[in-house]
Amino acid sequence: MKPAAFEYVVAESIEGAVAALAEARGEAKIIAGGQSLVPMLNFRLLRPAILVDINRIPDLAYVREEPDAIRIGALTRHHQLETSPVIARHFPVLREAMTHVAHLAIRNRGTIGGSLSHADPAAELPMMALLLDAALRVVSGTGARAVKARDFFQDALSVDLAVDEIVTEIMLPKLPERTGWGFAEVSRRSGDFALAAVAVTLALADRTISEARIAMTGVAPTPRRVREAEALLVGRRVDCALTKEVVGLVRAATEPQTDLHASADYRRHLVGVLAGRALSAAWQRAEAA
Amino acid sequence: MSTREIIVTVNGTAQRHAVEPRLLLSDFLRQTLGLTGTHVGCEHGVCGACTILLDGDSIRSCLIFAVQADGCAIETVESLGRIGKLNALQQAFHEHHALQCGFCTPGMLMTATDLLKKYPLASDDEIREGLSGNLCRCTGYEHIVAAIRAMKEQAE
Repeated sequence: MKPAAFEYVVAESIEGAVAALAEARGEAKIIAGGQSLVPMLNFRLLRPAILVDINRIPDLAYVREEPDAIRIGALTRHHQLETSPVIARHFPVLREAMTHVAHLAIRNRGTIGGSLSHADPAAELPMMALLLDAALRVVSGTGARAVKARDFFQDALSVDLAVDEIVTEIMLPKLPERTGWGFAEVSRRSGDFALAAVAVTLALADRTISEARIAMTGVAPTPRRVREAEALLVGRRVDCALTKEVVGLVRAATEPQTDLHASADYRRHLVGVLAGRALSAAWQRAEAA
Repeated sequence: MSTREIIVTVNGTAQRHAVEPRLLLSDFLRQTLGLTGTHVGCEHGVCGACTILLDGDSIRSCLIFAVQADGCAIETVESLGRIGKLNALQQAFHEHHALQCGFCTPGMLMTATDLLKKYPLASDDEIREGLSGNLCRCTGYEHIVAAIRAMKEQAE
């Protein structure tokens, strides 16, 4: 099991990387952490003519705090996110999600830009980008554009990136003051991709919910927000009856698949259970905040 | 077949070699350098047998190309100790019967080296979580967990 031969280009800058991509006209792949790409190369599921290595581009791995947002460089490794005090303070839900991402040896190497660009339908980071209303900075030889996470994930392993474009930064707007969060996941073994996972944030104004977000992964070709359930929660307090309604809407918003690990019915059932748990945790934290 | 020259420091020794870009670091270590302590199991990042340290961080050597390691410092299981002079972690594995066939052991040792550095490992659950990326088909993991727990207790 060895990769097919390829030409190897080390990019020294973002400009250099996108120039190499443009020149290759779709025959090149970017390698960042390589934790999803290299297995595909080893299996020869992919045989790119050229690999453009971006690991040596300086200043592309960072977590920066601004007044209203946190900016994360595309080359930031999972373990950096997992241990970043800025992430722990502003997005404890993301910090929790990171502990579910694979294993230390993978987290030491894998990058946020790579995970989002790869867009595995059961991965945690695409779901978290969607939950946190992330905006991705996408650069090509002709300029930069911002893409909202909600527009970025198009299908399983398919994102809004042209062959000559690269994700350089992820911007996460800060959450409102009194925000509670919940995260629940079930996978076959610790560190595996999720059979299903749900992340919830609830912001409170006075004693009721002013903003609700519910994102899920593993149960559709892309991660999804459950907008109907979010709308239902606004202005309300969480109780058993409301939770039941939310769980119903979550299950209705899925398109799960049957595979070796779980049936579609099981996944649909599971994601509802997880949504109930994540919602309850978010509500308790929001009330305590 | 085009090659590229790389210089890597492996277990403290600088190594200069011309490698094909597609050569996996695991194969570079085993075949080019003859360091066969690093084992190759699945070759797609699932079993953890090929875990090594790259600039101090544990990584799967089957998920990185040797050319990418140019200029880096690599430590393999051969860096830990030798027969008759095991390091503390190897000694703990020995004393707790943490290996049977030994195939997973180099990966377990390199993973544990990084885990002990980065996590409190305050409970067996945390140790198990940390080891979850390394497959062992012999031991049932109990003795491996015990060896790492002993290392923690020793440090305290």
